[in-house]
Amino acid sequence: MQFDQILQYALSGLSTGAIYALIGIGFSIIYNATGIINFAQGEFVMLGGLLTLSSLELLKLPLWAAIPCAVAVSTVAGILFERLAIRPLRQPTPINLVIITIGGSILIRGLAMLVWGKDTHAIPPFSGDTPIAIGGATILPQHLWILGITLVTILINKVYFYHTISGKAMRACSYNRRAAGLVGIDVKRMVLFSFIISSAMGAVAGIIVAPLTMTAYDVGVMLGLKGFCAAIIGGMSSGISTVIGGLILGVLESLGAGLISSGYKDAIAFIILLLILFIRPQGLFGKADSERV
Amino acid sequence: MLVIVAPPLFKGGYLMNVLVFVGINTMLAIALNLLLGYAGQISLGHAGFFGLGAYLSGILTTTYGLNPWAAMPAAAGVVGCLAGLIGFPILKLKGHYLAMATLGLGIIIYIVFNETVEFTGGPSGLSGIPNLQLAGITFDSDVKNYYLIWGVTLAVMLFSLNLANSRVGRALRAVHDSEVAAQVLGVNSRILKVQIFALSAVISSLAGSLYAHTMTFISPASFGFNFSIELLTMVVIGGLGSVFGSFLGAALLTLLPEFLRGANDYDIIIYGALLVVMVMFMPGGLVRGIPALFRKIAARKGETGHA
Repeated sequence: MQFDQILQYALSGLSTGAIYALIGIGFSIIYNATGIINFAQGEFVMLGGLLTLSSLELLKLPLWAAIPCAVAVSTVAGILFERLAIRPLRQPTPINLVIITIGGSILIRGLAMLVWGKDTHAIPPFSGDTPIAIGGATILPQHLWILGITLVTILINKVYFYHTISGKAMRACSYNRRAAGLVGIDVKRMVLFSFIISSAMGAVAGIIVAPLTMTAYDVGVMLGLKGFCAAIIGGMSSGISTVIGGLILGVLESLGAGLISSGYKDAIAFIILLLILFIRPQGLFGKADSERV
Repeated sequence: MLVIVAPPLFKGGYLMNVLVFVGINTMLAIALNLLLGYAGQISLGHAGFFGLGAYLSGILTTTYGLNPWAAMPAAAGVVGCLAGLIGFPILKLKGHYLAMATLGLGIIIYIVFNETVEFTGGPSGLSGIPNLQLAGITFDSDVKNYYLIWGVTLAVMLFSLNLANSRVGRALRAVHDSEVAAQVLGVNSRILKVQIFALSAVISSLAGSLYAHTMTFISPASFGFNFSIELLTMVVIGGLGSVFGSFLGAALLTLLPEFLRGANDYDIIIYGALLVVMVMFMPGGLVRGIPALFRKIAARKGETGHA
């Protein structure tokens, strides 16, 4: 009985962890390319889910068309955000960047509230909801979709960053912006790309988790924060460490909620965040950062 | 820069209630400004300290029957110690990491308020908190509360102005500009940051206790992430590093919803828009932006006048 319970928690934790991993990678990509932590990342996740809803209901598109539609619109939102809020910033001090991304996230959230109201909405699961038994635990087909799509997204990421010119250019920017500029890389365009990729990934994350947890205008805050937590655990890398970070976070949160108390579920994630920030801010896998004064 | 604000006398009614809030928010904004504007440390969880002050004071007076005048300092003391303890590890962080950590802290505190139902009454809130009494006067009406709150607020403003212009204030600004340089010059930045964090928390806690005793009812909803953002907006809009700016920001943001009565849900959009616009165009906040604007207009008029 006990083991089955733990297995159940662990499995559902894995799939929430996958979502956190996707969001976390989004954070890392922007951070690596620009040094900015995009507090609005969670809002793109929210947009993905809600836009899919609208595409399904208003435009009456079938699921396989609604998803790319939603991702596309979220990406456009990401581009607008970068153009209007980030690029024109005159004094990019950390405080200003934090404030402006928070302001942007509030703005996006507010607009979403106007358009979709405050209710939660449900999106139909991708392939039905008959549970599948694994060991003594059950998972839903949607969990498999989440894990599968996350895996595919990460592979695509890997291929893009390591085997295409523009991906390598983005990595160059993250190592040293000035040097990258000197060898002819258009840093501003890389910044734009990073936002495009992150908002697209965020939207995908939002879409695949929406059938499980419903979606509403304010899901972005929590998801964004926990995605950030995953990114921190992984040391802000856009690769496998953040994925592991996300999975660890998801499983720990799920186990904690199940075994200790479900009201404190969110608190557990944040306590983990605080612990990591206090003890090992470079993440479990990162190298310590040194600062030039 | 001596700013003496004399609270004008309005004829009772709803406006008094709003002005009481302006006072409380000013206190909170100043507290956050000390940390953010002077010392340059971001905190997105200040609503947590506000709430802790309110709840501790409320619980001590209702469940344990303590005199409010004893409960308030007790609450402030606890919050100050807590902030000091947490401050040590948290203030090692910088920039975004500090922002996220304080955000997480604020949310953890909020969740604790919601979950510890036996103490706090959970989401339904805590009621029956007694009003303050002094020399036979019970502060149970808006007018009396107004004077009480603003008395404390003015005291806090004077204290902060004093602090800002003292050695401590200069040390804080040095830390803000360049922590390493400040350390080289002999400022113990680590202890200083923790001290200012604790001070900021204590002021917020005091504001919270006063809030509890004026409202006689508190609930976790007022102390969540949204309110932390509101405080941040007040400080940014008013002007970082300026006590009078905090007053402006607090006044603006407390009065604004009153003018937008029908648009209750839109306020969150306006905060977001204000934040973005202010950071882009007036990073110094209103307190510096408006005079600068006037100067620009005056200069242009001067030019066209002479041309």
